[in-house]
Amino acid sequence: MALELPENVVVSRLDELASWCRKNSLWPMPFATACCGIELMATGASKHDLARFGAEVFRFSPRQCDLMIVAGRVVMKMLPVLQRIWLQMSEPKWCISMGACASTGGVFDTYAVVQGIDRFIPVDMYVPGCPPRPEQLIQAIIDLQDKIQREGTITGREFDTPERQLRKRALVEAVGPLEADAARNPILQRRLAEAGAPHA
Amino acid sequence: MDEHSAGATSAAAATPARDGVADLFGGTRQPPFRGQERVDLPADRVREAFRFLRDDGYDLLVDVTCVDYLEYRGAKHRYGLVYLLAATADNRRLTVRVFLDDPAPTVASATPVWPAANWLEREVWDMFGIRFEGHPDLRRLLLPEVFTAHPLRKDYPLQGRGERHNFPILTRDDG
Amino acid sequence: MSIAEPRAAAATKRSEEYLWTLNFGPQHPATHTTLRLVLQLEGERVVDAMPEMGYLHSGFEKIGEHLTFNQYVTVTDRMNYISPMANNVAWHHAVETLLGIELTPRCKVIRTIIAELARISDHLLCNGAVGLDTGAFTFFLYGFYQREVIYDIFETLCGARFTNSYTRVGGVSHDFTALVIEKIRSFLRTFPKTLDDMERLLTRNRIFVERTKGVGVLSREEAIARGATGPVARASGVTRDLRKDEPYLAYADYDFRVCCAAAGDCYARYLVRMQEMRESLRIVEQALENLPAGPVNVGIDQRTALPAKAQVYSTIEGTISHFELAMSNRGFEVPCAESYAAIEAPNGELGFYVVGDGSDRAYRARCRPPSVLHFALFPYLIRGHTLSDVVAVLGSLNIIAAELDR
Repeated sequence: MALELPENVVVSRLDELASWCRKNSLWPMPFATACCGIELMATGASKHDLARFGAEVFRFSPRQCDLMIVAGRVVMKMLPVLQRIWLQMSEPKWCISMGACASTGGVFDTYAVVQGIDRFIPVDMYVPGCPPRPEQLIQAIIDLQDKIQREGTITGREFDTPERQLRKRALVEAVGPLEADAARNPILQRRLAEAGAPHA
Repeated sequence: MDEHSAGATSAAAATPARDGVADLFGGTRQPPFRGQERVDLPADRVREAFRFLRDDGYDLLVDVTCVDYLEYRGAKHRYGLVYLLAATADNRRLTVRVFLDDPAPTVASATPVWPAANWLEREVWDMFGIRFEGHPDLRRLLLPEVFTAHPLRKDYPLQGRGERHNFPILTRDDG
Repeated sequence: MSIAEPRAAAATKRSEEYLWTLNFGPQHPATHTTLRLVLQLEGERVVDAMPEMGYLHSGFEKIGEHLTFNQYVTVTDRMNYISPMANNVAWHHAVETLLGIELTPRCKVIRTIIAELARISDHLLCNGAVGLDTGAFTFFLYGFYQREVIYDIFETLCGARFTNSYTRVGGVSHDFTALVIEKIRSFLRTFPKTLDDMERLLTRNRIFVERTKGVGVLSREEAIARGATGPVARASGVTRDLRKDEPYLAYADYDFRVCCAAAGDCYARYLVRMQEMRESLRIVEQALENLPAGPVNVGIDQRTALPAKAQVYSTIEGTISHFELAMSNRGFEVPCAESYAAIEAPNGELGFYVVGDGSDRAYRARCRPPSVLHFALFPYLIRGHTLSDVVAVLGSLNIIAAELDR
């Protein structure tokens, strides 16, 4: 019954073929805000040379990219920009949260800094470090490539799984005087209404 | 006002600017600390005092900032505005402090005297809620306009009041 | 609008109908980080620009009131992240001014060396970015490679390649070792050649010169009135350099020149930075050859730096001093006073206004960021130039968003 195949033909599933293509042609969108952005530059520059791992085509237009690297802290004025750029990227897309600030807020537990972008956008890979060394970022990209190869499907069904739909972390934030502020501020009122009880 | 300060310049040429400006505008001399010349000025005469100081050679406004003395031991006033001046020609420096109080801390803007004050005063307004009269464009500099508090005041908590988490949450379904 | 006062003649009522509004940033490659500009364009010509900032405002000054003088140095690293070492030096220079601490000669020289290495790495990236934005990618890669060499020196010195947190009140965290000195020496040997190569690549490159010469001219009077400092002011003929004018650390001992230019355009700022790197090299060379021996931290009588382990174990003074510094309710003595101290950071005058209230935390830690005043210059510099000049002007001002917004 064995089917005779010439030596230069490999049998695979279409899903795996698509994942193999995708993982080796990641186009990162560098959402570099702070110090990690400089290490992101270092990753692409002479010594570390990200091009060796098939992800060097940095594109600053979100429409062309499928991997967002959030490098640096995201503050409350920047988060709407981040979300908009994330929505502008076309599927399938992935997100790397680079550094302590993007992942958790890092040392900046202050009024303005978002305590981890995964509260507001999906994140696939976290890179620890403040800032992470370029080697760490390269490792994260390799790991993400591995993940894409393992889980990826041609139609992007892996994103439909329930755990991918879940919010990463519950938001626990004391509110009090904010409501008092909101009573005076119509813009904040509208924001709060749109957000729909974000403190659940 | 101009002839006033022009006359004053020649009169005060022999004495340091600190004494001159203190005498002319009802300020208080402060003893130098670590070699830094300091003077406190009353809030209602700062514009003239600044003109005088600029004509005296302090052409570079290094910084405008503010300190909220709410929890400071022995403080008599709530806010202390700090103007750091420097003279590029002969490397003098002078620290000018102006004290203000609630409920409506207001002071004349230094922007007509030193254009550099423009953004620095906007930052002070943003962070401390101090109004600068005569400022061409007193908007928030750093925080978004929806922000209602002035975060560097001492009665504002470090972690904020939940402003940082008032955003819609995107999941994979959304995009 | 703040920037509308000397509006260009083109923006009259009639011609305003033909104006385009272009949003530039906050996420744009040439903004380097998170700046935003709203440009008014008439065709390709910029009629007006409205800078918008705060996209990286993280409450640095608020957090400075909650961390001790030694802890806050980690936050200053993240302020001007192109040259963290210079921020470390600036912060502790201000704190030591408030506390009235006189550093040891060795510590002064070590801080001078690292501050100058930070200046070189800052200028490499800044000029590299100007090159990158005007189309010279190779130049950027040359610069970045040398930055990696400086990173390597810092890593050998204190274990962190990038966010160093190197200084401490009254000293530094690690003394120079023979390996560090060897690495700096080898950098001093190899770097001039790279610098020559870089100059040959760009300084007389016709495209680069055309794109930067006469663009974004800042006059001397404007530079002073609008509070410009550092290379931006010096490129406009302001001969102010705190290293010469108010010598701090060990700068009074070294022979170096203050680099100035008269033109005040983007090209002059590029030239000043290139030249300053050579002068920094001279300072590092002189400092390294005359590195004093002796302790690097202040003695235990000052009660600010942790004493050496040998002292802690063998003398009662050392033990007491270590105990007092480690206890959270002791710490060091801080006067109830306010002081301002600044250094000549790579970007300009970087100073801190520190208010002490007797505790080991600052009551107020105000940072005087050069970037804010430089960014405020931008609308004046760009008016009347073309859209493609925006990146050249922005790059030559070297605006670092984290320092801008804090």
